[in-house]
Amino acid sequence: MDALDVSRWQFGITTVYHFIFVPLTIGLAPLIAAMQTTWLVTGNTSWYRLTRFFGKLFLINFALGVATGIVQEFQFGMNWSEYSRFVGDVFGAPLAMEGLAAFFFESTFLGLWIFGWTRLPRLVHLACIWVVAIAVNLSAFFIIAANSWMQHPVGARVNPDTGRAELTSIVALFTNNTAIAAFTHAVFGAFLTAGTFVAGVCVWWMIRARNENEAQSMYRPAAILGCIVVLASTLGLVVTGDVQGKLMFEQQPMKMASAESLCHTATDPNFSILTVGTHNNCDSVVHLIDVPYVLPFLAKGEFEGVRLEGINDLQSQYVEKFGPGDYRPNLFVTYWSFRAMIGLLAVPVLFSLTVLWLTRRRRIPQSRWLSRFALAALPAPFLANSAGWVFTEMGRQPWVVVPNPTGDPMIRLTVAEGVSGHPVGMVVLSLVAFTLVYAVLAVIWFWLIRRYTVEGPQEHDTEPAAPLPPGSDEVAPLSFAY
Amino acid sequence: MALQELWFVVMAGLFLGFFVLEGFDFGVGMLMGMFGRGAGDDAERRRRAVLNTIGPVWDGNEVWLITAGGAMFAAFPDWYATMFSGLYLPLLAILVSMILRVVAIEWRGKIDDPDWRRWADIGIAFGSWVPAALWGVAFAALVRGLPIDADKQLRASLGDLVNGYTLLGGLTTAGLFLFHGAVFVALKTDGAVREEALRFARRLALPVTAVLASFGLWTQLEHGKDWTWMVLLAAGLAQLAATLRVWRGVGEGRAFAYTTVTVAAVVVLLFGVLYPNLMPSMIDPAYSLTIDNAASSPYTLTIMSWAALVFAPLVLLYQGWTYWVFRQRISADRIPDPVGLTRRRS
Repeated sequence: MDALDVSRWQFGITTVYHFIFVPLTIGLAPLIAAMQTTWLVTGNTSWYRLTRFFGKLFLINFALGVATGIVQEFQFGMNWSEYSRFVGDVFGAPLAMEGLAAFFFESTFLGLWIFGWTRLPRLVHLACIWVVAIAVNLSAFFIIAANSWMQHPVGARVNPDTGRAELTSIVALFTNNTAIAAFTHAVFGAFLTAGTFVAGVCVWWMIRARNENEAQSMYRPAAILGCIVVLASTLGLVVTGDVQGKLMFEQQPMKMASAESLCHTATDPNFSILTVGTHNNCDSVVHLIDVPYVLPFLAKGEFEGVRLEGINDLQSQYVEKFGPGDYRPNLFVTYWSFRAMIGLLAVPVLFSLTVLWLTRRRRIPQSRWLSRFALAALPAPFLANSAGWVFTEMGRQPWVVVPNPTGDPMIRLTVAEGVSGHPVGMVVLSLVAFTLVYAVLAVIWFWLIRRYTVEGPQEHDTEPAAPLPPGSDEVAPLSFAY
Repeated sequence: MALQELWFVVMAGLFLGFFVLEGFDFGVGMLMGMFGRGAGDDAERRRRAVLNTIGPVWDGNEVWLITAGGAMFAAFPDWYATMFSGLYLPLLAILVSMILRVVAIEWRGKIDDPDWRRWADIGIAFGSWVPAALWGVAFAALVRGLPIDADKQLRASLGDLVNGYTLLGGLTTAGLFLFHGAVFVALKTDGAVREEALRFARRLALPVTAVLASFGLWTQLEHGKDWTWMVLLAAGLAQLAATLRVWRGVGEGRAFAYTTVTVAAVVVLLFGVLYPNLMPSMIDPAYSLTIDNAASSPYTLTIMSWAALVFAPLVLLYQGWTYWVFRQRISADRIPDPVGLTRRRS
């Protein structure tokens, strides 16, 4: 292994860790805001207890999201300094704006929300969680716009004097069709994650609820809310995924060809469900189960007469264009991560449909298998999110900035050109340090989430006292203290 | 004023915000474990009172660093690339310790168990001491100069990072933050905790002043410009004024304003002696990264200026409002009983 491989492993590991916690934050913040709004509008304290219950889980998760996020901000400079020099003019802008326009909002207003239960007027306090909910989504937009620029660079040119990419249009960068498709897709993925989480936890509690009333007034409505969010997000995921797929066939044909194990250029190739073969040997791949019509539709929205380029042809085209080199991503990973991402969607959808059917007309299901199904459904969206990002990122290898077929062909960089020139030992040290620290923290995170979920909504979380006017409560205990 | 100069000032402003705000956060984290010694059962409540002086704000304060990193990437990509790849190991230590601090603060109260809290306190202390000292080391190394070659590559040896001047720099930031934090706790608390904080501040005042004076003079004599004498003087006067206030034991508000001026003046001094360099090269001054050869294009700087112009005042406004909302003093008896779960299900 050289510093390049270690740096790639490190970025992959730290980013996948980060994106375990991030979707739950992005999706759960608006759901908690909606719960708190419902409580204030209806005065129903069930929604207050749900807000508090999921609020605690949200905060346990938020901490690790922040902790793993700090590293990302500096890792570009630490391990990918040549990349940072080449793209800093373009890539730095969305990153800095994310800090200015999103991180400041979410961190400050989350502090106000956590500590402001009896200090702020109720509507102001509600506004705080909505600001958090909007800001976490806004930060996702900025960072995904930055990432999408690497997949499909627009609004920039290479300055021949400095040899660096320079921004020419911030509007083009923020309206990059790749960015809009990827952002909406990721947000629906996050909502799916949070919806499944709320539905799974509440179904599990509905079945083991201490009394009929709690199940009926608290867990059932929240479970139904979660299920509806899951189904709506699934619809959004399918539509945005389709848009994204069509963009990829146009902008990154190599990624899609390898997702399909499509070795040779063909007209109307079949969509492959199962293949076997020697890893990463294109010609040894044997397609076992194929479906016709699907692939042409995915690529162009037509069922017939679509010609798709295969990996071997793309490889020779790229060699001609960009010089000698291997321009193929890891076939095994792209093929299977694509299928895992799509296939895992079935679990939350099936779960939601089952729950919606079993809770129809005020019914409270009692079956043991449903509570097991609820627990089994929880990890599926997390795995699908990871699989999707692994596909997106490993599908663009060997590039770190993929050449845009209709843009400035000089804006391109391979990962080998982007890495810092560190000795291997130093990068191994940071890889080991981050992996160990994150692994320990992830175990504690899981244990805390499990512990707090099993404990359920607390008895003492009855409706809070009305907020006191500032200045009059010198001796009142704080409503929350670390 | 050219955009590069403006962005140099913005970078100084972001690091100033980070050092002033996280300065007392680090100070609180470093001191927290020392509160309540010999107070028996009251110790835990006192420590929580100390931690909760920064409770609602520390996360927002930390974003100053994240944004400074992002702004450096956007405005001076070469600076970002060279500094963070060159100062790899100090940054790694800072990042790991800050990760531990975040989770330790957030998770400390989640489980009601002495062992659990002990680990969290270790995380908070570690996550406060390490960055408090290492940022001083890093900035001192920056001011002193590093071996940057013609390709803007930095291969720093251990001696470049660890020497008399940089160690003094680390000692200075750690000391300043300790003092700043102690004064902040005195300002934000009441009762026994306030007394204790004042006691810490009194004990710290003279050693910190001495360290600050030697680091400031060394910096000024070795690297200073004429006008930075004024900044050094301001830092010294503010430090003396804060010391006097603390010794008299009245007016923590004024004392805190003075320590804020001290910390701010140190940042201005460091950036002032750097200008117009960002990273001076020891090999050849021609290889130094300057605000001209490391900056982004005028278009990017313009866009970023607009973004900063719109959002920075907004940030100051609502962060200021947060401090106003939570302005009341916290005493140990206002800390609620722990609501964390037990380690095992009861």
